[in-house]
Amino acid sequence: MNEKRRGPLAHIVKRPDISLKQATAVRAAAILLSILACALVTFMFTGDDPVSVFKTIWEGSFASERRLWVLLQNVSILLIISLAMAPAFRMRFWNIGGEGQVMMGVLATSSCMIMLGGKIPNVLLIIIEIVAAIAAGAVWAAIPAFFKSRWNTNETLFTLMMNYVATQLVAYFIIIWESPRGSGKIGIINQSTQYGWLPQIGEYKYLLTVLVAAALTVILYIYMNKSKHGYELAVVGESERTARYIGIKVGRVFIRTMLLSGAICGIAGLLMVGSTDHTMTTTLAGGRGFTAVMVAWMAKFNPLGMIFTSFLLAFLSKGAGEVATQFGLNQSFSDILSSIIIFFLIGCEFFIQYRIVFRKEAK
Amino acid sequence: MDNRIPAVQMRGITKTFGKVVANHDVSIDIQRGEILSLLGENGSGKTTLMNMLSGIYCPDSGQIEVDGKEVSIRSPKDALGLGIGMIHQHYKLVDVMTATENIVLGLKEEKYDLKAASGRVRDICSRYGFDLNPDQKVYDMTVSQKQTVEIVKVLYRKADILILDEPTAVLTPQETEKLFDVLRNMKKDNKAVIIITHKLNEVLEISDRVDILRAGEFIGSLKTSETNAQEMTDMMVGHSVALNIDRPDPVDPKPRIRISNLTVRSEEGLVKLDNVSFTANSGEILGIAGISNSGQKELLEAISGLQPIETGDIAYIYPDGREVSLIGKDPLDIQRLGVSLSFVPEDRLGMGLVGNMDMTDNMMLRSFRKGRGVFVDRGTPKGVAMDVKDNLEVVTPGLSTPVRRLSGGNVQKVLVGREIASAPSVLLTAYAVRGLDINSSYAIYDLMNQQKQRGVAVVYVGEDLDVLLELADRILVLCGGKVSGIVDGRKTNKYEVGSMMTTLGGGAAT
Repeated sequence: MNEKRRGPLAHIVKRPDISLKQATAVRAAAILLSILACALVTFMFTGDDPVSVFKTIWEGSFASERRLWVLLQNVSILLIISLAMAPAFRMRFWNIGGEGQVMMGVLATSSCMIMLGGKIPNVLLIIIEIVAAIAAGAVWAAIPAFFKSRWNTNETLFTLMMNYVATQLVAYFIIIWESPRGSGKIGIINQSTQYGWLPQIGEYKYLLTVLVAAALTVILYIYMNKSKHGYELAVVGESERTARYIGIKVGRVFIRTMLLSGAICGIAGLLMVGSTDHTMTTTLAGGRGFTAVMVAWMAKFNPLGMIFTSFLLAFLSKGAGEVATQFGLNQSFSDILSSIIIFFLIGCEFFIQYRIVFRKEAK
Repeated sequence: MDNRIPAVQMRGITKTFGKVVANHDVSIDIQRGEILSLLGENGSGKTTLMNMLSGIYCPDSGQIEVDGKEVSIRSPKDALGLGIGMIHQHYKLVDVMTATENIVLGLKEEKYDLKAASGRVRDICSRYGFDLNPDQKVYDMTVSQKQTVEIVKVLYRKADILILDEPTAVLTPQETEKLFDVLRNMKKDNKAVIIITHKLNEVLEISDRVDILRAGEFIGSLKTSETNAQEMTDMMVGHSVALNIDRPDPVDPKPRIRISNLTVRSEEGLVKLDNVSFTANSGEILGIAGISNSGQKELLEAISGLQPIETGDIAYIYPDGREVSLIGKDPLDIQRLGVSLSFVPEDRLGMGLVGNMDMTDNMMLRSFRKGRGVFVDRGTPKGVAMDVKDNLEVVTPGLSTPVRRLSGGNVQKVLVGREIASAPSVLLTAYAVRGLDINSSYAIYDLMNQQKQRGVAVVYVGEDLDVLLELADRILVLCGGKVSGIVDGRKTNKYEVGSMMTTLGGGAAT
């Protein structure tokens, strides 16, 4: 043999269990790198100073008290939708229909406010509104679950399609209820009378949403970790065969869990229309039904961990939006920046599972 | 030692996976014209070591020499280039192709000429005594024929160093004999053959030399002619073990489960069980023998309410003589009837346990519904987990370690422990010792016997005939989903059972 044969230059090795500290370090490094990459991209396209980019990202959330509240509201809504995703995903039921389920909550709330506002006592209206939003979201989510348990349909496609149906339903009713006529918009519902508006706590418009999110986090944590239902859905998620083997009715668990998921999405829709936005648009959910999947996933479906991941994503996307505005770039640019950040965040999971070993030169 | 240059020499091989050291400083060598057995318990690193020789893994450190030259094997292709071919435990064949097509698949020959290839395949077969039709499709083949295809595939690529990973695990005694004849022919042809195994009688029968591994380390090399089963076991396990299995007399046997004319179809409509009738008695171990996939799985799943049945009846007979039919009942219904039926399925982590959950949560699987209220009680299951851990000597870092991280033997102890903890009246087990080391296997046999002496009706589906013959009171032999016969475990022998496995009723003994 003339050439000296060697082992491969580098190979991938599965890590033994990584400590929480190391994992956190890897993730922190990923966030730093992603911000660096964003700065580089911004610099390449605009020639602006990267440090000012970081500053702008920070200012996007923390420049004023108002911005901070908006951030908290964003975090809360994202967190609520993510909490809704968690039980379904732990059950390995790939529900990517959060968007549609939220929109159904939005539609139910708006229709109660528009149709019943002023006709019944306001307290009763609010109660009906809450029930309707929860029911609408729950039913919307349970339909794919029913089909899956009965005919084993693919829940990913089914829930995805339900999003489009929900969005189109909202679009249809916007035309019917448009105000003023011809505007193609609904405007602020019951602006003068505030019929059906959820009560505001003190002077803080967004506090109610934050409190509901906090309460739901605790409830979901207990549900998933301490209840029989939570145990059952974890078993179903880990192995349907094991679930059948011990006599769990898998189809029933699917439907039950999706009712819960959808109900929580309905609450998110309720809060958006009833408490903060007071209007209905087709983009009200704004893709958060999908972002929530990532929030839930990054936190390994642990409700407490989702507080951090939803905060992180809401903060970064606010920052990216601010960069785009401040530097005179359009919305697509902020999407590019958010995507870069998300890419790094997902990509770093590889380095948590594996490490790369380089060949040691032979002595 | 002789002075010939060994065909293969592996020196100081170390390989780790995460924290697990699969091989530590292992050195072995093999000559041409020699059959070497690599003996060790499961998890002792035999397969890993051979995977490095055949290019699947790359050693972390150490050298490999072929014919005295140092080589680096980076892929199975490199290995074949050096004449090293491995036949893995799980065959990698394309079902819809013929033997020849599978054999030439992936080869870059000058001309794609199936006829010529087929001729060469025939030559190889006649030279070593393989029984193979080159034009037969793989889906028509028995397990043993598929194995033949894999071996010929390697020979076709001109390998002269062959590695076989547990080649007899899926074969009947008769097929094993045939395989050994072929291996002896290869030896005569001056090839080097390595077989990975943990069956001692086979080591003694076929090999010239045996290298023993334990926990990833090389323990010693013995000439087969100068050793015996007891010595090899002691080296393999690291301490002395008794090699016979107890078989206490049945305890007051009374019918407990009666199956009559049971027919089961798979989801694809294939008949998996055909008119099966038998009775399992309390206080007795009923062994079930058969080549793999003869309906064993469907039988146990039908009894435990997991498999819809087409016709026939499964009756459970209470100790007081009342009878109840288990047809159309799911596991929960059966539990509610007061029938304490335990089932240790073949697929431990995919069915019996949840790999990502810890011992406590796995203990809860059967019992989590107990008690009112919406919250689960983890206190009681934790106690059960502690008992199982102590009584069955489960080796685990702690009760909160996910069970998938435990070794195969310990996983099985957790599963069997849970199933026994519910004080069953029927215990169904499928391949309860598959993949277990000797100590764990004997621990499981003991548990089966304890249950039998408690008056439990034990159904033991097994694949190792030697064990079935020593453990079971009666043996039911399945052949293609039909009952080929029921024999007395104390009066039969493995050739009788072996021929019943392949021919209904045993036919003319071969």
